[in-house]
This record gives sequence, structure tokens and C-alpha cells, in this order.
Amino acid sequence: MDLTELENIVTKEAADRKPCEIRCCIAAGCLSANSNDVLSTLRTAVEDSGMADRVNVVGVGCMRLCSQGPLVGVDIDGPLYCRVTTDNASSIVATLNGGQGEAETFEREDPFFAKQTSLILKNCGCIDPERIESYIATGGYRALHQALFELAPSDVIETVTRSGLRGRGGAGYPTGVKWATVAKNSGERRFVVCNADEGDPGAFMNRSVLESDPHRVLEGMAIAGFAIGANQGYIYVRGEYTLAIERLNKAIKQAGRMGLLGTGVFSSPFDFRIDVRIGAGAFVCGEETALMASIMGQRGTPTPRPPYPAEHGLWGMPTLLNNVETFANVPDIIRNGAEWFAEIGTPQSTGTKVFCLTGNVVHNGLVEVPLGTPLRTIVEEIGGGVPNGGQIKAVQTGGPSGGCIPQEHLDSPVDYESLGKIGSIMGSGGMIVMDDQTDMVDVARYFMEFCMDESCGKCIPCRAGTVQMKQLLSRIVDGSANRADLERLEKLCDMVSRTSLCGLGQTAPNPTVSTLRYFRDEYESRLIDSTTAKANSNGATCQ
Amino acid sequence: MSVVTLTINDQLVSASSGETILQAARSVGIDIPTLCYVEGLTAHGGCRMCLVEVEGARQLQPACFLNVNEGMTIRTETDQLREYRKMIVELLLAEGNHTCSICVANNNCELQDAAVEMGVDHERLEYTYPQREVDVSHERFGVDHNRCILCTRCVRVCDELEGAHTWDISGRGANLKMITDMNQPWGESPTCTSCGKCFMACPTGAIFQKGSTASELDHNRAKLDFLINARENQLWEL
Ligand SMILES: Cc1cc2nc3c(=O)[nH]c(=O)nc-3n(C[C@H](O)[C@H](O)[C@H](O)COP(=O)(O)O)c2cc1C
Ligand code: SF4
Ligand code: SF4
Ligand code: SF4
Ligand code: FES
Repeated sequence: MDLTELENIVTKEAADRKPCEIRCCIAAGCLSANSNDVLSTLRTAVEDSGMADRVNVVGVGCMRLCSQGPLVGVDIDGPLYCRVTTDNASSIVATLNGGQGEAETFEREDPFFAKQTSLILKNCGCIDPERIESYIATGGYRALHQALFELAPSDVIETVTRSGLRGRGGAGYPTGVKWATVAKNSGERRFVVCNADEGDPGAFMNRSVLESDPHRVLEGMAIAGFAIGANQGYIYVRGEYTLAIERLNKAIKQAGRMGLLGTGVFSSPFDFRIDVRIGAGAFVCGEETALMASIMGQRGTPTPRPPYPAEHGLWGMPTLLNNVETFANVPDIIRNGAEWFAEIGTPQSTGTKVFCLTGNVVHNGLVEVPLGTPLRTIVEEIGGGVPNGGQIKAVQTGGPSGGCIPQEHLDSPVDYESLGKIGSIMGSGGMIVMDDQTDMVDVARYFMEFCMDESCGKCIPCRAGTVQMKQLLSRIVDGSANRADLERLEKLCDMVSRTSLCGLGQTAPNPTVSTLRYFRDEYESRLIDSTTAKANSNGATCQ
Repeated sequence: MSVVTLTINDQLVSASSGETILQAARSVGIDIPTLCYVEGLTAHGGCRMCLVEVEGARQLQPACFLNVNEGMTIRTETDQLREYRKMIVELLLAEGNHTCSICVANNNCELQDAAVEMGVDHERLEYTYPQREVDVSHERFGVDHNRCILCTRCVRVCDELEGAHTWDISGRGANLKMITDMNQPWGESPTCTSCGKCFMACPTGAIFQKGSTASELDHNRAKLDFLINARENQLWEL
């Protein structure tokens, strides 16, 4: 493969393109709503109507409005149909001949789409995730070529550094700095690892990218491999993501066949192989040291850091570990330049972020916005606010490691620093909207229970501490706790977060701490009233 | 290996560069409490008793894992650390079933020692009273999971010193359990060499040697009669 051949594919794809394209989502959300049958019904309808020469029906990745699937779009800017069934699918085809579409449509001008900015999700819902040509036609693998033939590894690292890209897996560590550290550490071999474990409840950002645009991630990993001097990459995907695994394997095979991965990438001296590793679905396996243990075939439990993976990772070698979305940003940064990327977002939090908007909100689904966008824009304008005119009480961000942002902070910009200041985190991008009916102590208990179930059990504060904290939260919910119990809970929160071995235990108290910070009255009002209890007992002793 | 100088509790300490904070501290007589650590075995880092404050670091670090570095400043005894350690012991006591007075390890137990050392005079947390098994299928040893603190000392000693790897861990979180081979009764283990290393490494009464429990003691009635006779009749000859 060389540049000319790559160009030829682009030209051929353009030539083969039919005037009209009907796109049907075949990512996991819509698939579960039977979109595969909708797709074949659409195909048959096109055949039957005799328009096969000018209408193409493609299965595509996520079109974001996941709660309203199966979604079918006519061209990129044509109508978008929701909840399409096999019964009304053919009416969509009939519209091309002036008929009436029976399925409900979603306005393209709706703020849900209009207020989003697409970098990561640009191809999602537009290209066929199972055909590498489809990705190449959008300019895919150009950045890899550019890196290999026009840049030195250090230039690539510098570009990533100057772009200001920060890790999208949760902590927001500067990506360029991480790459530079791995590149500087010595070892016989180096590794690139893509973290696609995504264990946060309610999160499916990474899954959508892998199912809808897998080559973007592979290209990002290959560029990283070139930059840090690695010849082997692993994508660690949780076992529940069967479709993502299937599409990744297919994509790796296609890229290998075209000489874009494997030995001699683009016929250069650079070899880069990528293998998929399947996790059994434990939240803790998203933690980097546990993830690496799992890749090496060991029990997925964390080990203390330092040493960090950048120095002592897979088989003791320097290892670069990044999130799916982090890698997915890389091709565009190389192609369009660091300055282009740094212009998007805020000075300290550049680029966009994909969120998974769920909960008591009109539009559930995937949302991509520049970092620094006010939370209110995301939940009220893009998300459409609470259904039936209800009030937003809080937004939970960052999953089980995150916190609740109360209504009064909705104008806060969504970036790493601002969220940190108000006691929450960006996390990997889960965003749960809660209305004024929500019981915040119960929310805290839910997340604590999740951490308790997911604790690996290696260290005592997390293993036994989460049990005790969940117990105390349950008692507060039940109304059988007293003030001393609340104090005990707060002490445990402090202790568990300070003494646990890994991020799971260190952040498990966060949802509790943040709800205590903003909704303390909901805790206190449920305590067994200690003043009455005292008054009664005093009375008893005096008389 | 080069020599580095660091400060532990205001005391200048020199150590060789491969050593851990724990080794460096102990070599100058500064004791840091541990439960999961065993000299000579791979560190585990799970009990968190050995956490220390490292100047300039945000996180507390386990002394059993952290390597010494030139110019480090470490604190091993602060009110905060003492309180955390005490809570760890309380968490352990509430997690398993510990009734020391009827335990084979009574007066010879590292958890009990830690509780005394940390000043645990009350349990401030709710007992979970788990229903755990006791496996006495092995001819010489038994394991009472109620007393197990999941420190994995048995796993590491069996794997790293004996080379048998009979012990392992199964489950996660509160369901963590030590197992022998493929979670089969210890007595049926094809790999156990009966060397007793796990028994010696176990800090609590979880792994015990048969014959040492109260119910297994051989009661010598004749001795009782002798004592009564001796006291009442001042006859000390048999
Ligand atoms: C308990 C736990 C679970 C995690 N799960 C994930 C995950 O599912 N995906 C992810 O990318 N990072 C996860 N992380 C963060 C990773 O350990 C790591 O920091 C991240 O993948 C680094 O990539 P980045 O620099 O691109 O963000 C998790 C961390 C912890 C402590
Ligand atoms: S904090 Fe929890 S998940 Fe992490 S090592 Fe400790 S027990 Fe395991
Ligand atoms: S194992 Fe130790 S702490 Fe537990 S009951 Fe036995 S003596 Fe007491
Ligand atoms: S059996 Fe003993 S050595 Fe093994 S984990 Fe339990 S307490 Fe530790
Ligand atoms: S002795 Fe260091 S963590 Fe247990």
C-alpha cells in the first residue's frame, strides 16, 4: 500500500457512491431494537421499487439518539426516522418517489444535533464500520502515512503535546507527556495498550466508537506505536461488547491485508501488530495495572504505583496505555495540526468530549461537545431537559468515581478543572440527569453498592470499607441511623479514599461525599432525632 | 547497588537503592506495622497497615512496596496514620468472625496483636457475621475461613517457597475466598505437599494444625483426680 493506492480507493468509493444513501444504525443499541431486520426490509424495499441503481442501503454505526432506535437516516442531511419498524420501513423508501414516510422523524435542526460538534463521532452513523474502504474514503489512514513518511517520532509526540490533548479515560492526564515518558524509558520492547474496558454503569461512549468507526482507533494506536517505538498493541475490550470485538477483529484483518497494520506498514520499516484481548467484565480491570495483569493472563487485580506502566508495564516493559477516545483523537490531530485542535475547547481542556447522556432527560444518547461547554447547554438544550416539564435536581458525572452537580452549578463549564472545583469529575463521560423526585441518599447508596460489588477485594479499606459504608447508607435511607452513624460514614469516606490501593477504592466515596456536600439535609432529616432522644432520656433520669 | 540517604521520622537513614522503605526503616529500628508482608516473599500491598506519608506525594504509600529514593522524607507515625490503621483493624474484626477466647491462635495472632497495639478497645462498626466454612479434610491441617483476613500469605509462601501453588484466591470483594487447587477440599489436593509452610505463614487462626483446638485436646481425667487428692490430702506422690 502506498499513497497512490490509498487515493485510488478514495476515488473508487466516490465513483461507486449512489445519489441517495439510506443509512440504518446497526450499533448495539438499535440492534437490540431489531434494526437488523429493519435493514433487510429496507434493502428489499429498494430492490422491489427498482431504485437499486440510485439508492444504496448501508448499515452504519451509532446515530446518537440511542433511546429512539432503530434510527434510519436518508442521506447525511435528509430526514432522520426514529423507532422504525419492519412494518413502516418500506414507507421510508417510498418517500424517495414522493410517498409519505410513516415513521416519526427527528428534526435535524433540533439543538440535540445543532449544538453538537463532531470530531470523534464524525464518521459514526455515516460510514460502514465493516468496510475499511468506507473509512479510507473519509481520509482515513492518511495521518498514519503522514506520521511515517513526513514526521519523526519526536515530531508526532510534540504535536500531540502541543495539541493539549488529555486522557479521556478519566483523570485527564496530558497525553503528550505520557507518550514522551514511555518513549524515554528504556526496554527491549514497548507496548501500546488501548483501554476499552468501559465498566462504568450507563456508559457506552467507547463502545459506540468501536462499533461505528473502529479504524479510527486502530490508526491512532498505530501512530502512537510509531511515536513511542512499539511494535505491538493490544486492545482490551470487555467481553460483553461482542459486536465491538467482532468489528475490531474484522477491521484489524482488513487493515492487515492492505498493509496498513502488521509487518512493514505502508511498506515502511515500521511493523505494528494489534491484538484484541477480551476481559471478563470486571470494573476494576479498567484500572491500568489490573488491566495489564489481565492481559498477561493473571488475576485482574491492581498493584501499587509507582512503578507506573510508562516505566514498568506489560512484561516489565515501558507501556503506553490510553483510552479509546484518546486514541481516536490522534489521527485528526496529526492531519489538521496541533493548533487546530488546541483552538477547540478551553486553553486547559482542549478538544471535544463524548458524553453518554441518560437519566431523566428527554433525549438519551451520545453527545459530543467542545470541552468548556456549560453543563446547562448539554442537559437542557441538547438533552431537552426533564421530560414533562420537570425540574433538574442534579447531574451525576464521572460514574462511580464521580459526583453529583446540583442544579445551582448547572452553568459551570464542563472541563477537567471546573468539574473538579465543584466536587465532581469528568470521568469517562457518563452523565446522568436526575429530576427533583430523586432521592440523593439512595443515589449515593446505589453507587456505593456498585463499588462494593466491583471491589476486587485485594485491599481491606475498599473490600470491607465499602460494605460498611453501604450498610450505613442503607440505614440512613431506611431512617434507622443516628448522628453517630453519619459521622462514622464520613470518617469511613475519608479513610477509604486515603488508604485504598487503587482508584476504585480511592474514589468509591465520591458520590457519597458530593451528595453530602450539596444535599446534606436529605441525610440529616432522616436521622433518628438525637435531640428528642436525649430529652427523653434526660427526663427519665431527673424524675 | 548505590547507597541513598533519606529521612524517616526526622532521622537520617542510609539504605541501598533496591530496598523498600519498610526494610530501610526496620534496619534502623523504626517499626512500621504490617499484616500482609512476609520478609522474603513478593510484597502484596493489600493490608495497608504499612502506609506512610511521603513528603510531596499526594497519596499515602505502602512502605512494603515503595522503594527508597535519594532525599525522600517519610513519616511513619502520625495521628492520622494511627487512626487509619486502627480503622483497618476494626474493619477486619467486623468482616470475619473473631472470638479470640475460643481461637487456636489466641495469644499468638498477629491480628490480635495489631488490635492491642492500635488500641482497639471497642468495635465501632457493625459485625457482618459471614457464614464461612471450615475445611478439616486435610490429615494434618485445617482452615477456618471465618478467621481469614485474606492477606494471601499462604498463597505466596506456597507458590514462591514451596513451589506447589496449592493455594489461590477466588471471587472478589466481600466474596473473596482462599481456595485450594480447583476449589476442592484441601484433603483432596493433588498438589499439597503437607509441608506446613502456609500454616506457619498464616498470621491468624485461619490455618491451624490439627490437634490444637480445644475440642481436640486429650482430657486426662486421672490428672484431675491426682490434683484433688494432692490438695485435700497433701499427698504429692503418685
Ligand atoms: C477502577 C477503575 C476503572 C477504570 N476504568 C477505565 C475504563 O473503563 N476505561 C478507561 O479508559 N480508563 C479507565 N480507568 C482509567 C485507567 O486506569 C487509565 O487511567 C486510563 O485508561 C488512561 O488512559 P487516558 O490517559 O487516555 O485517560 C479506570 C480506572 C480505575 C481506577
Ligand atoms: S481499592 Fe478496591 S479494587 Fe482497588 S485494589 Fe483495593 S480492593 Fe481492589
Ligand atoms: S484469628 Fe486472631 S483475632 Fe481472630 S479470633 Fe483468632 S486470635 Fe482472635
Ligand atoms: S488463610 Fe491465613 S495466610 Fe491465607 S489468606 Fe487467610 S489469613 Fe492469610
Ligand atoms: S504490609 Fe504493606 S500493605 Fe500490607
